[in-house]
Amino acid sequence: MSTTTIEIKTALDATLHSDTDADKRSSVEVTDYNNRQTVGKITVDHPKMVCRNVNVYYGAKQALKNVGIDIGINEVIAFIGPSGCGKSTFLRCLNRMNDTIVACRVAGQIKLDEDDIYDKSIDVVQLRARIGMVFQKPNPFPKSIYENVAYGPRIHGMVNTKAELDELVRASLERAGLLKEVEKRMNEPGTSLSGGQQQRLCIARAVAVNPEVILMDEPCSALDPIATAKIEELIDELRENYTIVIVTHSMQQAARVSQRTAYFHLGDLIEVGETDQIFTNPKHKLTEDYITGRFG
Amino acid sequence: MQSFLLLTLILLSVGGYYLGRNRAFAVAGGQIRHLHSLPSFYGSYTALWCGLPALIVFAVWAMLQPSVIIDLVVAGMPPELRNLPPDQLNLAINDLKNLVSGNIVSSTPDAAMLDAANRYRNLQLIGNASLWVVILTLAIASAAYAWRAISPTLRARNRVEQVVNLLLILSSTVAIFTTLGIVLSVLFESILFFRKVPITEFLFGTHWSPQTALRADQVGSSGAFGSVPLFAGTLLISGIAMVVAVPIGLMAALFLSEYATPKFRAFAKPALEILAGIPTVVYGFFAALTVAPLIREIGAAIGLHVASESALAAGLVMGIMIIPFVSSLSDDVINAVPQSMRDGSYALGATKSETITRVLLPAALPGIVGSILLAVSRAIGETMIVVMAAGLSANLTANPLEAVTTVTVQIVTLLTGDQEFDSPKTLAAFALGLMLFVVTLILNIIALHVVRKYREQYE
Repeated sequence: MSTTTIEIKTALDATLHSDTDADKRSSVEVTDYNNRQTVGKITVDHPKMVCRNVNVYYGAKQALKNVGIDIGINEVIAFIGPSGCGKSTFLRCLNRMNDTIVACRVAGQIKLDEDDIYDKSIDVVQLRARIGMVFQKPNPFPKSIYENVAYGPRIHGMVNTKAELDELVRASLERAGLLKEVEKRMNEPGTSLSGGQQQRLCIARAVAVNPEVILMDEPCSALDPIATAKIEELIDELRENYTIVIVTHSMQQAARVSQRTAYFHLGDLIEVGETDQIFTNPKHKLTEDYITGRFG
Repeated sequence: MQSFLLLTLILLSVGGYYLGRNRAFAVAGGQIRHLHSLPSFYGSYTALWCGLPALIVFAVWAMLQPSVIIDLVVAGMPPELRNLPPDQLNLAINDLKNLVSGNIVSSTPDAAMLDAANRYRNLQLIGNASLWVVILTLAIASAAYAWRAISPTLRARNRVEQVVNLLLILSSTVAIFTTLGIVLSVLFESILFFRKVPITEFLFGTHWSPQTALRADQVGSSGAFGSVPLFAGTLLISGIAMVVAVPIGLMAALFLSEYATPKFRAFAKPALEILAGIPTVVYGFFAALTVAPLIREIGAAIGLHVASESALAAGLVMGIMIIPFVSSLSDDVINAVPQSMRDGSYALGATKSETITRVLLPAALPGIVGSILLAVSRAIGETMIVVMAAGLSANLTANPLEAVTTVTVQIVTLLTGDQEFDSPKTLAAFALGLMLFVVTLILNIIALHVVRKYREQYE
């Protein structure tokens, strides 16, 4: 990519109306590889989160450039793109997990409902209770299955009695589709479960805090196909109650679980659209190259 | 003379290295890739052949030569000398050796002795000369053998690596055999001690007064060898030390691993570890000259009687000495908890302190326990601070303001100065050492076991 020809993005609004009549055309609209303005409709009617002009720097290196996107209520949105494109970085901006990285700096605006999550008045601890996260590698705590799920409710003081806690733990495990498998072994260590079960335990752990949004960072990349299928099924069920953002390397997975898809490329958000449209009729040449396997 | 031979041997080996390497180049016709190994391995191969067999023969020879010469000399002595009882013969031989090396002898040497000394000198000269001839011949012959054997198919690298392998095995067993040797020697001396003092008195007696009589009519000749006050004192001082070291060390570790900025950590961690580099004797006079008087004055100010040498002073200073053990090891252990554990906790909305107390500490607990146990065995074995600051009187007390003594201190006092090594007083030191060794060994085994269990957790 030659830096001299990159257009300097000014306002995102310029990109908002670029998808008119797009569905009717079969050919790619943007064939200029150097055009890094986001193609497609970034807004939704009922946004849960609104992100505008998000720039992320690791020290002097810029990892994300002017990303703007809405995340709708009760939708599953997938972030795809080649390694190092910034999709995980962006995901970690959404619940301020990047705060733990010393050299990382986030600029721009990210709103959860009406609250700017990077505002000084926002307590990051409460924010993360509202936006749960599931990681790439299952990371159950070295505690019992029960204690893993009870961890969140305990630290947030969500329950008053042991009976309530029991009920919440069971309900969360049920939601994560794990209850039947672990009902008899609640006191065994969480690490004794299989990889897929561990990942569902982590989902149960996140669900137990009753978040509004769940972020998933390649949740199936360490799992076998059967465990993956179970998690994907689960994501579909969870959509009824939660907004889900999933980063994935598997385009099939994005196509199976998500309603909308966003394609990232080298720190730019290239294209956003309905998942069907992205995979059947991409508008940007870069997106087409990626999903047809010519790149990445 | 013999060190010169050794030097010659080394020079020969160096020469062998270059000859072997050049030969390798020659047989390969300058094409290194035709060789099985790199040329330097052929060089090492030749050098090893040159040096090793000669060195082994040299060692054996050097060990045997003196006794062979003595035997020969004794055999040539007149019968009235030769048939002396063994202890007197030994004296005569000692005299002879002194005579040969030009030292002072016990009496004016007679003709037979002078004759023997002459023959001793001659034999020594012959022995040394033949040693030179044998060693150099062997070195050159075996180097020539190796040199001739060099061909492109010779697996020089494998041979050299075999020798290196053997060297590594030998090195690793040195430590093991040394430990075994120490344990056995201490064990035998302890058995001698337990023949004189019943083991039950040693283990359960509450009075320690290891003075034994040299003469039958000596005053204060009754020795008492009850080790309980010593172990109680050790326990008391180690306990005080741990009370100081564990909380401070642990909190320092938590601060360093979780709260400190990388910059501060890079400065503070080495600074803390410097504490471990201060010689214990320096801690000792710090304890005796600064801390103990301070404690006594504070005690006097609030109306307490404090002995000028107190368990508290020794324990406090020892605790400060141990802080870096606890903090450094615990810091490593807490750092070893995977980042994903922290991420998982933070992502659930946990604060830093919740993450530390509910996730990190439980996960790191086995490792922390291991580090504490290692620190305990260090505290039990510590001597200098206690010698200087806690005193020598074997009081059986739980009061930290009184003077107590520890096992290690008693070992030191029992064995310093000129001692006879068959009295129970001296032998008691070995029994104490054995007990101490057993205790620290058990602690170390527990610590290692706990640490190993911890390691398996995340794999």
